[in-house]
Amino acid sequence: MSSAPLLEVRGLNAWYGESHVLHGVDLDIREGETVTLLGRNGAGKTTTLRAIMGILRRREGVIRLRGKDLLSLPLHKVAQAGIGYVPEERGIFASLNVSENLTLPPTVSDGGMSVEEIYTLFPNLHERRSSQGTKLSGGEQQMLAIARVLRTGAKVILLDEPTEGLAPVIVQRIGDVLVALKKRGMTILLVEQNFRFAKKVADRFYLMEDGRMVNSFPGHELDARMDELHEVLGV
Amino acid sequence: MNTIFGIPTPALYGQILIGLINGSFYAMLSLGLAVIFGLLRVINFAHGAQYMLGAFAAYLLLNWLGINYWLALVLAPLAVGVVAVIIERTMLSRLYGVDHLYGLLLTFGLALILEGAFRYWFGAAGQPYAAPAQLTGAVNLGFMFMPVYRGWVVIASLVICIGTWLLIEKTRLGAYLRAATENATLVQAFGVNVPLLLTLTYGLGAALAALAGVLAAPIYQVSPLMGTNLIIIVFAVVVVGGMGSILGAIVTGYVLGVLEGLTKVFYPEASSIVIFVIMAIVLLVRPAGLFGREE
Amino acid sequence: MAVGTEYLAEQPKLRTSAIVLGAVAIAALLVAPFFFYPVLLMSILCFALFACAFNLLIGYVGLLSFGHAAFFGGAAYFTAHAAKVWGWEPLAAILLGVVGAAAMGLVMGFLAIRRQGIYFAMITLALSQMFAFICLQVPFTHGEDGIQGVPRGHLLGILDLNQPLTMYYVTLAIFLFGFFAIWRIVHSPFGNILKAIRENERRAISLGYRVDRYKLGAFVMSAALAGLAGGTKAIVFQFATLTDVAWQMSGEVILMTLLGGIGTLIGPVVGAGLVIALQKYLAASDFPVTVLIGIIFVICVLLFRRGIVGEILEFTKRRSKSAA
Repeated sequence: MSSAPLLEVRGLNAWYGESHVLHGVDLDIREGETVTLLGRNGAGKTTTLRAIMGILRRREGVIRLRGKDLLSLPLHKVAQAGIGYVPEERGIFASLNVSENLTLPPTVSDGGMSVEEIYTLFPNLHERRSSQGTKLSGGEQQMLAIARVLRTGAKVILLDEPTEGLAPVIVQRIGDVLVALKKRGMTILLVEQNFRFAKKVADRFYLMEDGRMVNSFPGHELDARMDELHEVLGV
Repeated sequence: MNTIFGIPTPALYGQILIGLINGSFYAMLSLGLAVIFGLLRVINFAHGAQYMLGAFAAYLLLNWLGINYWLALVLAPLAVGVVAVIIERTMLSRLYGVDHLYGLLLTFGLALILEGAFRYWFGAAGQPYAAPAQLTGAVNLGFMFMPVYRGWVVIASLVICIGTWLLIEKTRLGAYLRAATENATLVQAFGVNVPLLLTLTYGLGAALAALAGVLAAPIYQVSPLMGTNLIIIVFAVVVVGGMGSILGAIVTGYVLGVLEGLTKVFYPEASSIVIFVIMAIVLLVRPAGLFGREE
Repeated sequence: MAVGTEYLAEQPKLRTSAIVLGAVAIAALLVAPFFFYPVLLMSILCFALFACAFNLLIGYVGLLSFGHAAFFGGAAYFTAHAAKVWGWEPLAAILLGVVGAAAMGLVMGFLAIRRQGIYFAMITLALSQMFAFICLQVPFTHGEDGIQGVPRGHLLGILDLNQPLTMYYVTLAIFLFGFFAIWRIVHSPFGNILKAIRENERRAISLGYRVDRYKLGAFVMSAALAGLAGGTKAIVFQFATLTDVAWQMSGEVILMTLLGGIGTLIGPVVGAGLVIALQKYLAASDFPVTVLIGIIFVICVLLFRRGIVGEILEFTKRRSKSAA
């Protein structure tokens, strides 16, 4: 537990235009760990992911991957440093078919899954590989969005609400996939509203409120803290 | 002599061929405009000037350096593409964050500079450019005589259009282009160097215009004004077709060219405005354009 | 794309200074013909009005028309024809130009407002090019020659416009009329709705405004005022030619407005003055005017998109803010 964090965020401030949305966020993720951000809508979870990726450009503070500064990099270099991003809106391209969507992100390092491995893990995608990307069901699109970053060899994956609006059986499937990824040693930063889902995979939780980190605790404490969480999250 | 609706058939076929030739240029130019617009959200007013530059490059290569047509087909687009890359890097790229109209105004200014400079150096009159020896003469098609060069232009433009379409629809680079047209930020967040893609796209679009210019040089005369007058018609073609579809831009170009040719046969007075009239009708009936999506 | 002028109204101190400035400017315009060539001044006034009319559309509705030459040049043809062939009194001939331009504006605007942004610009450009082709072919415009030797005549049968000073003051009066008409439009409830559309079209629609009608209304007014400038130009310079309807003319008026400051009341006037003076100056040298116009375009777009007046307003605004 004493090893240096793989992804390190220190005093991160960020702005949407004039409005200050992140206020000194600190976050550590160690290699192979799965960390989940909890918080109400608008607490700054998605914003944190977007700020780490560099999609949100107006930022101050420190973001380091393996000690390497990410903040000063142009947007496309962040992914190349080894981060895969699965956005909340999934970002499946309508003008690309499934297989084109899958192979769109460039490889960033060795050790990514091959297309064959991915199709073994997601047989549906193989079946529908020539369909237009957005013709897939919501669940399939989510699988595609995850599968897409597995190919690139990224060691860290930022996953934004992968279960949102999906049927329980699909959520189950995505949970299995995440467990499989953990086994492969993948490091995951997850934004999730679904506790039961998050509990299955998360090693640690961070709690966000109003653009700040207000608490963090290990995954096994989740049940014990349920009442406290319900209060903060208003669920 | 055979006639159709009282028109002698050779005259009819002749005008259809001319229409097809004009349509070839409409198609090539609107294709380039659509590709650039799709990704950069810039209406490239300088497209006509880049077409003119292509024709002039061929003319100057021949007259100054003795470089023939076939080499000019490669060198002229390359040279114009390089100029376009410089323009994108130094000027256009500064405008991506602001209203799209500024891109139109910038490229309009560039078009004026290029056009004015060439008129200053070469005068407004057209310069002749001879078709290469291999493509002179005419062939008897049975129903008409067709100049070989014109047949070559139609075929070459079809190859260029289909080639560009395949590049966009079937290659990895094309996939980047299509995806970035939808959501450039996300594509860049995946690690694709989108700024470079924008630069290449603008260079490629301009090179395409220059290639059309080289093809045009032996048919129309090489003159500083050849581009801008053409580009305004191509704007109308683009409004008719809508810029949502590459294939739509190509088809609309050919069809409108032929319609214009037919108008020349049946009602010559209206031939210079028929494309604009069609544009007006399309705006009334289907404002988004025949192949367009409303944005 | 615009710099607010509402700002002036909010600042009583600035408003007073604006009134003083306006009075000084009018006084200067009254004595100007004793110091400069009246012909140059009249040329500036006509183009200044043209640019102000164009600015009504881009500055206050956010619509870039690339076809305003059609209204300017069309009105010039109508006025020239009425004055020369029908022997109309000059004011009536100019009015005919205004009405003709407004009618053309109605047709072109009806088609063009069906699309937005960049498409609007392309459609207006294409339609005006179509009009230029028509002007090349129909007999009454006399093709490449244009209508030459238009008589200036007597205004209302009394004032002899062949007297340069009389012509100048009449032109000045027409310019001031047009300028204040635009000022009134911009500061009317109608103008406020236009600005609301410019800021956020969807919101204006959801507030229940029939946005298309407002846009069309603004387009027709802008066309009519451009027609006023074009008709006056035909009387002042006694000709109407294809140059007036060509796309280059549409480009020039855009440049004047951009250079002076889009969305500022006097920016277009400043821009027109500079561009006309430059053209006049360059006419003596052999430097190609088109190239210079292109260069100014590029510089404006890259370096000061607010235009000269817009930058000055922004500067004083920032200074008064930091002083407060």
